[in-house]
Amino acid sequence: MKRVVITGMGIWSCLGKSLDEVRDSLYTGRSGIILDPVRKEMGFRSGLTAKIDIPDLKGILSRSQRAFMPEQAKYAYCATVEALRNAGIDQDYLDKHDVGLLYGNDSAVDPAVRAVDTIREKKDTTLCGSGAIFQSMNSTVTMNLGTIFHLRGINLTISGACASGSHAIGLGALLIQTGLQDMIVCGGAQEVNPFSVGSFDGISAFSTREDAPEKASRPFDRDRDGLVPGGGAATVIVEEYEHAVKRGAPILAEILGYGFSANGEHISSPNVEGPSKSLYMAIERAGISIDEIGYINAHATSTHVGDTNEAKAIYNVFGDRKIEVTSTKSQTGHEMWMAGASEIIYSMLMMKNDFIAANINFENPDEDSAKLLIPNKRIEKHFDTFLSNSFGFGGTNATLIVRNM
Amino acid sequence: MEKKELIAKINSVLAEEFEVEESIITPEANIKKTLMLDSLSLVDMLVLIESEFGVKIQPTELVKVQTFEALYDYLAERV
Repeated sequence: MKRVVITGMGIWSCLGKSLDEVRDSLYTGRSGIILDPVRKEMGFRSGLTAKIDIPDLKGILSRSQRAFMPEQAKYAYCATVEALRNAGIDQDYLDKHDVGLLYGNDSAVDPAVRAVDTIREKKDTTLCGSGAIFQSMNSTVTMNLGTIFHLRGINLTISGACASGSHAIGLGALLIQTGLQDMIVCGGAQEVNPFSVGSFDGISAFSTREDAPEKASRPFDRDRDGLVPGGGAATVIVEEYEHAVKRGAPILAEILGYGFSANGEHISSPNVEGPSKSLYMAIERAGISIDEIGYINAHATSTHVGDTNEAKAIYNVFGDRKIEVTSTKSQTGHEMWMAGASEIIYSMLMMKNDFIAANINFENPDEDSAKLLIPNKRIEKHFDTFLSNSFGFGGTNATLIVRNM
Repeated sequence: MEKKELIAKINSVLAEEFEVEESIITPEANIKKTLMLDSLSLVDMLVLIESEFGVKIQPTELVKVQTFEALYDYLAERV
């Protein structure tokens, strides 16, 4: 099997619009969460959300290209430009090689709602405009990135709920391991508009701690009361090791293991067995001792049952070994389809800069989180291997293990 | 709306939406070539005209509206 490495990263998130900005936000423990008054006017139980600026791409992309892009495709474009630049890839390279694209995305609600509103109001489908169909398909991110960057390898959207981004990277790694692709642009994107999460708010999944937005996302804390929706996009360039060496690429890390499983039970409530299986599979495929893992980036979203069952799963696998476990969602909220990819980047930034960001708002453990080592203050620590979990609705689970290079 | 005023508005909104210099829009010029419209962006011109002038042009009627002058006349009769 071929070795798989990461040679570039790029991000557009509530913690920053570049790797440097995001690193600084992680280091200082800055929260990206705000209270959105528009959501309250719309009747949301919770108006809490991550704050993301939609990039203005006028003058960068043509009018026609922009017309086909919903917000998450714009985030993904910016993240991918940064990732390709950092990987030393230019358009000439993309034009001459069959570079693949696997990106996590599991909704495109806003353009679909707008098109339906137009049809209902105007009784004329032409007035939806040319972009509506391309913006409202689930594959909108991959169809847009693929055509903008002229990518001619595999081109697929991975829809695995809140594990989409993680599965995209894992599946990309598998395609490279088996020699089917030399390089794949992998990542995850998440729209942030109110329509996209209105029905999610409706099942009481969100924190209502509106008097203190920055305190609302509190994974593993005893007093957590739900997640805070976030979003943006994150891109990693996944590449075959020898290929990266040959072209003199900056080799940042190696993807050692990808584990996956499905719970096959409840649609929203996770169990312990499924995530445990994903963890075990990733570790086995990585071929390492669990003692080599220096940091665990948890999926923990700040929901009661989710965090509890993940804490149990991590304890099942790691026992009393004291490895720092944090959820960066304490700062970002839940970036959903993007989360698996962004959390690889957050973890990479920590690994490259010798620190572990605080699990902010972790003030009191519950019975299960008390068994884990969860720092609520930043730790200055060198580590060379981390594990990242992503779990999603329907019980889909993904675990990635990455080693520094 | 006076026709002169209507023409000025049509030129202005089309130039802004399709990101061309307004000076290249002349009465006899072909709309698709001047605004660099393909079959998809042509749909967006119909959306723009409906939202700005309240006039729906059916795609099948476009064969009669090839030049800007034809567009001015078409809208002048309906605005």
